[in-house]
Amino acid sequence: MHTQELPRDNYLTSGHSLASWLLTKDHKRIALLYLISITAFFILGGLMAVLIRIELATPQGDLVAAETYNKVFTMHGVLMIFFFLIPSIPAVLGNFLIPMMIGAKDLAFPRLNLLSWYIYVIGALFTLYAVVVGGVDTGWTFYTPYSTTVSNTNVLATGIGVFIAGFSSILTGLNFIVTIHRMRAPGLTWFRLPLFVWAHYATSIIQILGTPVIAITVLLLALERAFHLGIFDPAFGGDPVLFQHLFWFYSHPAVYIMILPSMGIMSEVIACFSRKSIFGYSFVAFSSLAIAVFGFLVWAHHMFVAGPSVYAAMVFSFLSFSVAIPSAVKVFNWTATLYKGSIQVQAPLLYAFGFIGLFTIGGLTGLFLATLGTDVHFHDTYFVVAHFHYIMVGGAIFGYMAGLHFWWPKITGRMYSELWAKIAAVVIFVGFNLTFFPQFLLGYLGMPRRYHAYPAEFQALNVLSSAGASILAIGYLIPGIYLLWSLTRGTVAGPNPWNATGLEWETQSPPLTENFAVTPVVTEGAYEYSKREMKLV
Amino acid sequence: MSEAVAHGHLDDGQRGHHPRLQHQFDDLEQQFESSKLGMWLFLVTEILFFGGLFMAYTLYRIWYYDAFVAGSNELDITLGALNTAVLIFSSLTMAMGVRSAQLGHRKALVNWIILTMILGMVFLVVKGFEYHHKYVMHHIPGAYFQWDGVNGNQVQIFLSIYFCLTGLHATHMVVGLGIMTWLLVGAIRGKYSPQWYTPVEIAGLYWHFVDIVWIFLFPMLYLVNRHAH
Repeated sequence: MHTQELPRDNYLTSGHSLASWLLTKDHKRIALLYLISITAFFILGGLMAVLIRIELATPQGDLVAAETYNKVFTMHGVLMIFFFLIPSIPAVLGNFLIPMMIGAKDLAFPRLNLLSWYIYVIGALFTLYAVVVGGVDTGWTFYTPYSTTVSNTNVLATGIGVFIAGFSSILTGLNFIVTIHRMRAPGLTWFRLPLFVWAHYATSIIQILGTPVIAITVLLLALERAFHLGIFDPAFGGDPVLFQHLFWFYSHPAVYIMILPSMGIMSEVIACFSRKSIFGYSFVAFSSLAIAVFGFLVWAHHMFVAGPSVYAAMVFSFLSFSVAIPSAVKVFNWTATLYKGSIQVQAPLLYAFGFIGLFTIGGLTGLFLATLGTDVHFHDTYFVVAHFHYIMVGGAIFGYMAGLHFWWPKITGRMYSELWAKIAAVVIFVGFNLTFFPQFLLGYLGMPRRYHAYPAEFQALNVLSSAGASILAIGYLIPGIYLLWSLTRGTVAGPNPWNATGLEWETQSPPLTENFAVTPVVTEGAYEYSKREMKLV
Repeated sequence: MSEAVAHGHLDDGQRGHHPRLQHQFDDLEQQFESSKLGMWLFLVTEILFFGGLFMAYTLYRIWYYDAFVAGSNELDITLGALNTAVLIFSSLTMAMGVRSAQLGHRKALVNWIILTMILGMVFLVVKGFEYHHKYVMHHIPGAYFQWDGVNGNQVQIFLSIYFCLTGLHATHMVVGLGIMTWLLVGAIRGKYSPQWYTPVEIAGLYWHFVDIVWIFLFPMLYLVNRHAH
């Protein structure tokens, strides 16, 4: 049932001053603060990508100098990973939804939640400062000894920015774990939790176990660069490979920080638009935890060419393969959920379809890189670039877009244009594939990553990729327009426009500041769509 | 545990009315348990934070054992042992402080916090003397580092790890003293009661953690194969 006006009392109308936003302890308002900040960084990181693709349209280095190009791809990576992808789904949708999904008034530590945002902003300012005063050219991986002794760019400021932003991620994860343990509504047992919450629980474990390691690693890097301690410097007996180990101990699991929340969104969206209970609930739930655990045991597959022992390499190769198992469990269970469902093709589901296909390609090409022999050929080529973009964009961002559309009516109280949303989803899908599929071929043919010029025979595929990037850019502009438009002109959504299960849909849209007028009591599982459909009959 | 006793009788008409109860919680017990779990998780992240340095220590100790022995012998075992004793004693005084808070003994709480702070400061002063000695000897890693014996670079790595680990630990001590100051102000004002002493409890957890880190650092850094010399 749709009312014609938004409910007068909601979290958006509870205060209009700037202070009511900047000093808010409401998880929903903090989520919006994050939404605005990460969107800004997505645009900035996207502009860097535009520069990269324009430069690579021709074999010669003509748009920017080689040194500038190094800074551009470094900033693209740093901004997109640390300031967009890592916080994206947890800090925006997780923040907004987890308390509502578990029937709580807020996260366990609302002040800490606000502090996390400020820490993120301070870290971001350091990094932006580094960009403004000349940039940094080490790649987002900051490999030593180049980053500590050779590079004369702003490694220190960038490193400090990443170090600080890491604590934002740690505190968000900590807040989620405590909230999920201690704040669940009466009757909400662990196996009645939405899988979105399970996925965030697994993500939070990685955040609190992995992020402190990148913090100490970047701190050592900064000290090494400032004082030449020798810990990572081979000239003083130090070991640069130690840096790689420490770096990837976080940075590989970081990929799962990006993808796991997306997988949580997938489970919600697919169950809702198939009108079916999720297939194999407990398998999907535990596969999130399995990915979090296995994810910590595979880092050295980034270092197969850095000279590990044969036995170590074999173990890491085997463990990397084993991550495919919980990932496949998820993909098969989503597919089984769709099977014989009453499928309603809405925009969030289109993104979810995109996710299934692209994540599968990204995951399977990961196996090429986990294989010791083929990795030697593919290492540091465009094959790697294509692989991780299929995971991070085709997986993480498609999931983020699915979730943003799915919960947009809940967040804003209004519907976006369904037609334009579908058009955008298709344009993004086409643009994405045209951008990155040619890069698999380029990598297979041997084109190395991180160069601003390349042999002429690679041009055709690079032009395809750049053309795809233009389509992709347009694809991202369209939601920017119709989502903003919907804020004032969209039809009023009502509490539950998708007729979805889940506590967040039982309260008004936009929700009250305290989420629920009365604390809900839970009596059934998370995906009782069959009951709901029976009632309609 | 005693906190279970302390919180057991809360339901007698106090639920939801205690001034310290934050709006997102149903009752003080849920709030207390959440804060405690949060602190434990934070300490887990701290272990991983120090873990990177422990990893570096392990690697280089295996590679450069002789240099680690030589570097370790440059450290003052007497001052190190003294500081170990000081910190263990400060853990006792902190634990007594938590006990006083649970029992509602305000004066005792104030005294135990002050004693804990004094011990923390003694630790830092002793550490300062040790650092100063390293400075005089040109044993600070970096441009002014000097080493008369063999394996100078490798000893520098040992001392780098020594300074990183103890420096990080000392930073945590300074933060701990800041927290203690805040706790002291609250205790003097009578903020804590047997019904609500969450800050005392979780600050205590933090303080004990910082002590335990030192319990690891002392043998790792000061006692590397002492008998060889």
